[in-house]
Amino acid sequence: MASNTNFEKYKSDGSLQGNLLEWFDARFPATSMWRGHLSEYYAPKNFNFWYFFGSLAMLVLVIQIVTGIFLVMHYKPDASLNADGIPVAFASVEYIMRDVPWGWLIRYMHSTGASAFFLVVYLHMFRGMLYGSYRQPRELIWIFGTLLFLCLMAEAFMGYLLPWGQMSFWGAQVIVNLFSAIPLVGEPLSIWIRGDFVVGDATLNRFFSFHVIAVPLVLLGLVAAHILALHEVGSNNPDGVEIKKRLTPEGIPLDGIPFHPYYSVKDIVGVVVFLMVFSIIVFFAPEGGGYFLEYNNFIPADPLKTPPHIAPVWYFTPYYSLLRAMVWPLFGIDAKFWGVVAMGGGVVILAFLPWLDRSPVKSIRYRGPIFKTLLTIFVISFFILGFLGTKAPSYAFFDVIPGAPVAQILSAYYFLFFLTMPWWSKIDKYKPEPDRVTM
Amino acid sequence: MSNESKVDCGRRRLVVATAAVGGAGALVALVPFLSSMLPSERAKAAGAPVEVDIGNLEVGQMMTVEWRGKPVWIINRSKTMLETLPELNKDMADPKSDKDMQPEYCKNETRSIKPEYMVVVGICTHLGCSPSAKFKHGPADGMAADWLGGFLCPCHGSHFDFAGRVFKSQPAPTNLEVPPHMYLTDTRILIGEHKKGA
Repeated sequence: MASNTNFEKYKSDGSLQGNLLEWFDARFPATSMWRGHLSEYYAPKNFNFWYFFGSLAMLVLVIQIVTGIFLVMHYKPDASLNADGIPVAFASVEYIMRDVPWGWLIRYMHSTGASAFFLVVYLHMFRGMLYGSYRQPRELIWIFGTLLFLCLMAEAFMGYLLPWGQMSFWGAQVIVNLFSAIPLVGEPLSIWIRGDFVVGDATLNRFFSFHVIAVPLVLLGLVAAHILALHEVGSNNPDGVEIKKRLTPEGIPLDGIPFHPYYSVKDIVGVVVFLMVFSIIVFFAPEGGGYFLEYNNFIPADPLKTPPHIAPVWYFTPYYSLLRAMVWPLFGIDAKFWGVVAMGGGVVILAFLPWLDRSPVKSIRYRGPIFKTLLTIFVISFFILGFLGTKAPSYAFFDVIPGAPVAQILSAYYFLFFLTMPWWSKIDKYKPEPDRVTM
Repeated sequence: MSNESKVDCGRRRLVVATAAVGGAGALVALVPFLSSMLPSERAKAAGAPVEVDIGNLEVGQMMTVEWRGKPVWIINRSKTMLETLPELNKDMADPKSDKDMQPEYCKNETRSIKPEYMVVVGICTHLGCSPSAKFKHGPADGMAADWLGGFLCPCHGSHFDFAGRVFKSQPAPTNLEVPPHMYLTDTRILIGEHKKGA
């Protein structure tokens, strides 16, 4: 991407000769950035439905930041009890919901936004798997994306503590205690994370700090890196063929169209549809049937009593199932440590996808039956793992098929899908890619 | 002067040394920031012993008090409750309390100073949830038909008996912790402090 200023092209004595834009361009790469990233960034002309979710993820990020700024004006990260015996943090959220003008809307936008963020990001990641968008030369885009996903999980987890309800408290208690399973350093590490021997005011305050400052800064930086890396190599497309291979005499990809106005306008259509669905949820079902805001979180945190059933919010449940699937101690270390390894490994293994996939073609359109079958099973098992993660470990399908062994088999599949990929992606049949994109 | 690139070894060494010293300084500067996240002096000072009156605790009942931010259960165990303990020995991961989860004076069959009064930290040794009381025999509390009474952790399903001992093959690695405690009088317990051999 060109980043030189056009200083030498224009009058450089500081006088306003030419127009204001020229004066600006002589001092800041405004026009060249506009061209490099928008009006002369050539994207493949065959983008489909799946290509909405990148821009939607950015939209949700903006919604979360804007609503977050206004929530912080009224929220108080304080675990001490007020005169009525209610934790101040919990009471301040109720205050936002009941007394702050339009506070309920801003808060529901933020809480629904969290679920929307994960939905959009999961679809965005799945798009990458469908069309091989992680393949060479886009490995770094994918790695930045995996880091974004990890940061998003940290952001959501720490944000969930802030309302200081029962689920906030006990969810944090369980997840922070996971770190205590690490041999030798685990116990001091979990105390360092909590800042106390139990989840308490110190934990609430530092999670607030991370949630509103530290992690969002990292997220924004990673988004910039994600997009810069994308614009360096150019977008993939549903056919998985490189549009840069065929250029016009001017050096423009034959199958490329300028991002602006073509895709900026297309994305606006996606934004409008998304906002319609989003508004319906915010206005009519902000709790999402207990999946977006869990019912137990309307009870203030009580360190003496765990709710009868605790489960994470839906977007963590597939990974929570991986965590619970590990029930055997290995090499003399507690099973819970291996649960943490499985949960972390389930995310980290995504980063290796560019090197695990050995198929000669990128897109599912030209890949063989093995890939299509295994990917379908992967998606189904991810859904079932997610479903089981919302249930108690004793859950049984139709009261007959016990859920725990099912979760263990599907967890094994989750990892085997990736670990055996170098082998099956190589032997799978494939169709030759076309020369140019198809519409 | 020519601009031929010859490595000036002396200068290169100085650059490396400067970078190393600067890097070490930056690492040392991390210490105050990371240390500030450790428990504060106030947090360390908290955790004074708690005095509890158990005079009103009926047989078969349990009460919960807060000690160091954690729930501590005091259970006045009935005869039938106590009778389940030897019966369950064979199902227990650590029936004789060999793991160091209790003060020396509670390393006995009932894991208590007085057989009837169980004092135990109500925090599952798996991931720190507080187990729920499932005192009734059999399926009355939603447990299995051969359930003799005890506790069930709602988070990951660990089972414990009336002495806070964990069953075999459960997520929880050890029995529940018995805190240091002592009897001030017959009906007053001090939790968090003990005289040796009390």
